[in-house]
Amino acid sequence: MDWGALHTILGGVNKHSTSIGKIWLTVLFIFRIMILVVAAERVWGDEQHDFVCNTLQPGCRNVCYDHFFPISHIRLWALQLIFVSTPALLVAMHVAYRRHEKKRQFRKGDQKCEFKDIEEIRKQRFRIEGSLWWTYTSSIFFRLIFEAVFMYAFYFMYDGFRMPRLMKCNAWPCPNTVDCFVSRPTEKTVFTIFMIAVSSICILLNVAELCYLLTKFFLRRSKKAGNSKQQPNHENKEETKQNEMNELISDSCQNTVIGFSS
Amino acid sequence: MDWGTLQAVLGGVNKHSTSIGKIWLTVLFIFRIMILVVAAERVWGDEQQDFVCNTLQPGCRNVCYDHFFPISHIRLWALQLIFVSTPALLVAMHVAYTRHEKKRRFRNGEKIDIEELKNEKIHIRGPLWWTYTSSIFFRIVFEAVFMYVFYYMYDGYQMPRLVKCEAWPCPNTVDCFVSRPTEKTTFTIFMLAVSGICMMLNLAELCYLVIKICMKESRKTT
Repeated sequence: MDWGALHTILGGVNKHSTSIGKIWLTVLFIFRIMILVVAAERVWGDEQHDFVCNTLQPGCRNVCYDHFFPISHIRLWALQLIFVSTPALLVAMHVAYRRHEKKRQFRKGDQKCEFKDIEEIRKQRFRIEGSLWWTYTSSIFFRLIFEAVFMYAFYFMYDGFRMPRLMKCNAWPCPNTVDCFVSRPTEKTVFTIFMIAVSSICILLNVAELCYLLTKFFLRRSKKAGNSKQQPNHENKEETKQNEMNELISDSCQNTVIGFSS
Repeated sequence: MDWGTLQAVLGGVNKHSTSIGKIWLTVLFIFRIMILVVAAERVWGDEQQDFVCNTLQPGCRNVCYDHFFPISHIRLWALQLIFVSTPALLVAMHVAYTRHEKKRRFRNGEKIDIEELKNEKIHIRGPLWWTYTSSIFFRIVFEAVFMYVFYYMYDGYQMPRLVKCEAWPCPNTVDCFVSRPTEKTTFTIFMLAVSGICMMLNLAELCYLVIKICMKESRKTT
């Protein structure tokens, strides 16, 4: 179970996302997870080994390292990425539940069920309306919260986003005050700022998606209120066809979700 | 055979689980196994190399490390995750046996569609209910046992910065310093919390199954 498996799971969610959601997922995987795995982990790889203190006192280096780096940047990013990806699974679970209900209806022979085949149910793309809208919107909300919390935790724990070259340590058993030198501080600062920037872009994408969903919801409601006064069926059918065409154009992913596809 | 293979094996069990069971499996894979693989293993990676003792005595560091860390946290978690995942295989075996019996009846001439058989979701009733419930029970027992073993072996869940060692050949008492104690404490508490959540999910699933069977029984009698 590693980042590849998470990619497979979230790829399935992609099918039911909005266009902004798909962009967010791409940015997450390429500019955050991939950067973490191929670059950042090497930069932080020797962080304790090359953390050098100007003392021969055994244990002083360990204690100073622990004091200045309670949780390593890499681990914080890994936790952030996992927490930020997870709300999308709520959407996957909701979709799987709906599919399960439709399959049950189909098996019972319900005439309301418009599908001719169980394969059609499996491939169906659900539109983001009704209860799924609420699930999807809550998942975006939670993503925003988690992103903000982790960015704040970073800022609080490391007193900003810059990695200093030198730290002065006077924790026991270090004698008096000892100078300790961090390994690759400039490279670490560059990557920290990069990851913060991409995190902010992801927050903006999530806010945009939230606004888009809210706007869509209110427009739909006002159209329904308007339509109920005029002709009930004709305009809705045309609008539905146009929406379906738009969705077909924007739909691209056919990945399956592990454990949820049944 | 690694965590990916375990995921493939348990993914099949997922089809026959309740909704709570599916949530439990997701939590297990994403918040426990994945955290273990991508984060915790790196934190504990240099645990012996950066375990430093204030002495030049050869062998003292080895002996002290062995004395304070009889089994590393990472190995204990790996064992816990394997033991906790395994009862689900009882369910998989039972389902496979049920299918095998149906196929045998089909071959003996009874009219059953073999494709439908393969894709059929088997309901949690009768002997499968007992198998499923025992598997949840064993999961809960294994979780509790490992949580207790952790607590007993490491005298709580906090990783100290300094441990004082008097084992031979260390001269008198020697100060030994653990590598990354704060980060280790954070991850220990995180894994403990998720373990607690998994236990709650298992208890909820057990209650759900018991209530379901009691309601079914009461419907039958009325």
